[in-house]
Amino acid sequence: MSAAASTDEVQTVVAARRLASARTVFIGVGRPSTAAILARMVHNPDLVLIYESGTIGAKPFRIPLSIGDGELSETADAVVGVPEMFNYWIGAGRVDVAFLGAAQVDRHANLNSTVIGDYDHPRTRLPGAGGAPEIASSCGEVIVTVAHSRRTLVERLDFLTTVGHGDGPGARERLGLRGKGPTAVITDLGVLEPDPVSAELTLTQLHEGVTVAQAREQTGWELAALEQPRITERPSEAELDALRELLAR
Amino acid sequence: MVVTGAGGLGLRLTEPIGVRRPQTAPMIRCARNGSVFTLRTVMARLLRLSDAVAELVHDGDCVALEGFTHLIPFAAGHELLRQGRRDLELIRMTPDLLYDQLIGMGAARRLVFSYGGNPGVGSLHRFRDAIEHGWPHPIEIEEHSHAGMANRYAAGAAKLPFAVLRGYAGTDLVAHTNVRFIECPFTGEKLAAVAALAPDVAIVHAQEADGEGNVQLWGIPGVQKEAVLAATRTLVTVERIVDQLQPRPGAVVLPGWALDVVAVAPGGSQPSYSEGITRRDNEFYRDWDEISRDRERFSAWMREHVLGEAAAR
Repeated sequence: MSAAASTDEVQTVVAARRLASARTVFIGVGRPSTAAILARMVHNPDLVLIYESGTIGAKPFRIPLSIGDGELSETADAVVGVPEMFNYWIGAGRVDVAFLGAAQVDRHANLNSTVIGDYDHPRTRLPGAGGAPEIASSCGEVIVTVAHSRRTLVERLDFLTTVGHGDGPGARERLGLRGKGPTAVITDLGVLEPDPVSAELTLTQLHEGVTVAQAREQTGWELAALEQPRITERPSEAELDALRELLAR
Repeated sequence: MVVTGAGGLGLRLTEPIGVRRPQTAPMIRCARNGSVFTLRTVMARLLRLSDAVAELVHDGDCVALEGFTHLIPFAAGHELLRQGRRDLELIRMTPDLLYDQLIGMGAARRLVFSYGGNPGVGSLHRFRDAIEHGWPHPIEIEEHSHAGMANRYAAGAAKLPFAVLRGYAGTDLVAHTNVRFIECPFTGEKLAAVAALAPDVAIVHAQEADGEGNVQLWGIPGVQKEAVLAATRTLVTVERIVDQLQPRPGAVVLPGWALDVVAVAPGGSQPSYSEGITRRDNEFYRDWDEISRDRERFSAWMREHVLGEAAAR
């Protein structure tokens, strides 16, 4: 019998479950990569992993440190240049699901990965956009994974790097963004999903042992919640064993 | 040893293996009207890295050292520092450790980029210190998305003035970078337009070249082909010179006549890597977080490992 799952493990397992029926997933390093490899191990062995470095159909055995680790290109179905990756594969809408992280997320799932503070005199200079803006505009849907805290889930972004649902209903269509945009924000407390009418992030799922009040306490805006959020199904023995084995490789 | 070749090209041989002497520029006779013309350059010249950098890169130049995680031209970047190049406009999609070092050593006046992080580790501390605190001096920045930068290079390679893409719409980048929106003349769709990149010099690293300076690289190809073709002058460092390039799946081949200089730099992409020859030093990428966090420690490390006598090849 495995030891009980940590909140960190739950967050990764929940992210991996979202990939059960996807054909292709675009991932960066960190939790998204772990979740996608886990999904291939447990739920969806045919899942095509696409990394920004141009590796399409990578089959890493270990979790890569960078998106350009040698194991990704050596195991890929195809390796393409960056212009091709963004124009023919991402921009053309050939990717079903994309995972993104961010330093800040607002109530419409817009993302900041550029600066904290003023742009010209930033308190913290973050790495910047990378591929995120066009990944979020063109992939079929976007799943965001972040830590659930008031620092991250903010009333107002310091900088809008990547459009989620803009200023609300209809914003994506007005801006000509073709994918569905963010469909879930997976945190260590639960899952937020955009309301079908208002496009505002709503607490729809709680991990075991977490309350709506706790989630609201850790959110920088007045968080809407379903009357009865679903409770996250406890990670199965198979999921946990696979995840722990993967992390130990 | 210096060999005088066609068109007064001086070919300085530093690697005796497999290097052929330059031939006379081929004369091409046009079948239709019988006119005769000469091809521009026969082949890239093979120079010692220090001579290549001295000749091709000048203070104040706009320089692109490319390589997307893979094949990052560290040896050439370090040579820029050893020769004390200053006031550079540095272009690179992912500044990575190499530009963290160039920025921290005060070589950069301006940075054009799309992702300034230590991949999988966290911050680039010298990049942050320059932007947040102006150390060692303030730098100007122009930032884009990856899609924007990739398309800017592609337009540069095609010698077009700009590229179009679906991007930037609705983001705060629009107010802080050089992007315009245009209407598609065929469909009326609103599209982003970004200016072509045209660096003075592009520097890339590859696995191998033959004696005529034809270069082959394989594994993750990044934007190296585009960067080389967008630039006015080009330097390719290679792991080795071979008699003949053996075709590799998915390889990018850059013909020698499209390049200026090839220099041999074994291990020249470390701590990045050259697929099939060296491995990415992930441990060093992790260590860099600590080394670069502190100004003093960073400077001492650079003096010892990059500027010092022992560091020079």
